[in-house]
Amino acid sequence: MWKRFSSNIGAMIGVVLLLAVILIAIFAPLLFSHTPWQMVQRPFLTPFTMDGLPLGTDTLGRDVASQLAYGARVSLLVGLVSTLVALLIGVPLGALAGFYGNWVDEGAMRFTEFFQTIPNFALAIVLVAIFEPTLISITIAIAIVSWPPVARLVRAEVMSVRKREFVDAARLAGLSRPRILMTQVLPNTVSPIIVMASLMVATAILLESSLSFLGLGDPNAMSWGYMIGAARTVIRSAWWLSFFPGIAIVLTVLALNLIGEGLNDALNPHLSRKGKA
Amino acid sequence: MSALSIEHLSIGLPKGADRAFAVEDISFAIEKGEILCVVGESGSGKSMTANALMGLLPPGVTVKSGRAMFEARDILRLPEAEKQALRGERIAMIFQEPMTALNPLMRIGEQIAEVFAAHDRFSQQERRDKALNLIREVGLPDPEKIIRAYPFQLSGGQRQRAMIAMALALEPKLLIADEPTTALDVTTQAQILKLILDLRERHGMAVMFITHDFGVVAEIADQVIVMREGRVVERGSAASVLTDPQHDYTRRLLDAIPTGKLPPARAPRDVPALEIKGLRKVYRTGGGFFRPVREVRAVDDVSLTVGRGEVLGLVGESGSGKSTLGRTAVRLVTPDGGQVLVGGTDLAALSEEELRRQRHKVQMVFQDPYASLNPRQRIMGALTDGPITKGVPKAQAQARAKELLEIVGLGADAASRFPHEFSGGQRQRIGIARALAMDPELIIADEAVSALDVSIQAQVLDLLRDLRERFDLSILFITHDLRVAAQLCDRIAVMQKGKLVEIGTVHDIFLNPQQDYTRQLLAAVPGADWAKAGAA
Repeated sequence: MWKRFSSNIGAMIGVVLLLAVILIAIFAPLLFSHTPWQMVQRPFLTPFTMDGLPLGTDTLGRDVASQLAYGARVSLLVGLVSTLVALLIGVPLGALAGFYGNWVDEGAMRFTEFFQTIPNFALAIVLVAIFEPTLISITIAIAIVSWPPVARLVRAEVMSVRKREFVDAARLAGLSRPRILMTQVLPNTVSPIIVMASLMVATAILLESSLSFLGLGDPNAMSWGYMIGAARTVIRSAWWLSFFPGIAIVLTVLALNLIGEGLNDALNPHLSRKGKA
Repeated sequence: MSALSIEHLSIGLPKGADRAFAVEDISFAIEKGEILCVVGESGSGKSMTANALMGLLPPGVTVKSGRAMFEARDILRLPEAEKQALRGERIAMIFQEPMTALNPLMRIGEQIAEVFAAHDRFSQQERRDKALNLIREVGLPDPEKIIRAYPFQLSGGQRQRAMIAMALALEPKLLIADEPTTALDVTTQAQILKLILDLRERHGMAVMFITHDFGVVAEIADQVIVMREGRVVERGSAASVLTDPQHDYTRRLLDAIPTGKLPPARAPRDVPALEIKGLRKVYRTGGGFFRPVREVRAVDDVSLTVGRGEVLGLVGESGSGKSTLGRTAVRLVTPDGGQVLVGGTDLAALSEEELRRQRHKVQMVFQDPYASLNPRQRIMGALTDGPITKGVPKAQAQARAKELLEIVGLGADAASRFPHEFSGGQRQRIGIARALAMDPELIIADEAVSALDVSIQAQVLDLLRDLRERFDLSILFITHDLRVAAQLCDRIAVMQKGKLVEIGTVHDIFLNPQQDYTRQLLAAVPGADWAKAGAA
């Protein structure tokens, strides 16, 4: 599997990009002696004009490069944690619905549809507005709006796997239904879940940026969305303030998408778009 | 001049395949009006040869050398446009699975007419008339209705007839048939074979008929070539190959065919392992506001008994309810009425929880060796899950699993491997070991050897025969193939449309069948006459 993944150039570019972002996020305190909130120079310093401040300063004279590095921490953290939470809600619900069928399925799917009928972003805004905008509430809000597709995917996968003969064989072996679900069915649904999760991290990062852009971010956390939001009034005079965080978002999301696609090709070789004999 | 002559053809497989050539240096010729059967097991390269002729090789697979001369042209080297003109018009092909080869969203008549349209022949009205004639010619009932039908509305045999009608549309000189009857019931298969023979008479076309079944060869072949791992190992007229095979491999293939030679009769057993009484199962589909519910009586008031130590064959065509009966007997399907008595307990009446504790009494060997093992579970797990749930200590269950793997001929080290490391026949052995691990009172084998190549099939049948002697097993052996049933079973039960038609010892059923339907089934077995001659 790793062989197939590593032979995919796009996926490897994605891995390199993502690793770079992760390293910058982890080593931000070592790379920059000042916090992103500290004013270090005069405001509106253009990029590449002063040593030590390669990306210039913002409206208050804070180091843009340092802000980017710290912003990576927030984006990645929110992306990963919210995806994990979404999986924790979506996988069990979808698995139960798909495996037990009938009224369990009906109930779970109506509940899922209830969430799907409300526009994602609007619901996220409402949730963050109701709770205080902190990193935790933002993460939970994103998780709550992004689990329904997981539940649907897992349900469909479980439904197709549970009709296979080895599940019948497990029933004949006298295994209990929950045990069949856990040991026989779920392990066979893992690959599409992994693929979907990698793409969900990307979506979550975008959602978090959008929330911060609207000023609904955690006021104590520097994030890429917040940077763009704060710079939008000066976008014509100080382009770099919105440009660099924008690039950071694009690259990170692109990296995750490339990885997701690579995983998809590697885990489902028969669906690969390249011809296979 | 030959209709088609293939000279020193080699087809290369992509790097990393298990061998370098799909077919290597093969040569053969088909004369006008002749049926050449290409026989071989899966992986012998017989389908690749056909695909190469049609220019349908999968990506990565290429013709390395050789020629295929058809009407004085090498069809392997033609430019794509000329190949396309040739396909359908001069060379036509029919496939194994008529459902997937027909467009599910197009009416049969339109699909046939499209063949004419693709080659720019005739006007709309003429195309329709021609299509109608073709449908009539291939013997489809009620042509006016068929022409407007969609593929899903036809049965398997009817679809294959429709495919043949399409293939015949432009009166090709060569018809390539790739296992066209493998997916069909015996009686339907017999009809399709007869149709192909008739059409050959009428149109004088050459037929290249690919099959794995020597019974089919005996029915229709003029010439035979036997392929193995991409090489031709034997060739000759049908009569000489069948009666006097020269190559070892051919002889083994012929020996492996269940010939219908009957095993010595055994004394009937009195103690029942399984008693089925008045079993009924009705499937209801559809049904809405305006539509009545469609009812299919899959099993309709069937009673039968499998004695302890007996192998009862349950034979029937697809849709006869034999599989449903098997699945009801292990209670994977809950019956609508009747009793399933195993050792005095009525499995049909147990609650889910009680049933779970009784499960081990009846075990099943499944048809599809690729779907019946969990791809993410090691063999050891598959073999010990059941016994451990039953209460056997783990160490003991594992020791038993290893022992069983030895018994079914795989070796104890198979336990730590994953299913994908095994071939179809080996997986079926694992399936049998899994059933045995539960020490069941009865094993139900649902088409357990149907998906296997003949030589592998023979090995698995040998294993089953050996095991029943060793452990005095009771087996309900479900199959569509009377020849297979004859090899293993003591008694045979014949099912048709959910009802039990006839039940009796193998000798009674084969030598003295009482019912018309049983006689029909026996007559439809391909190569029946030849087998009889061989058995005498």
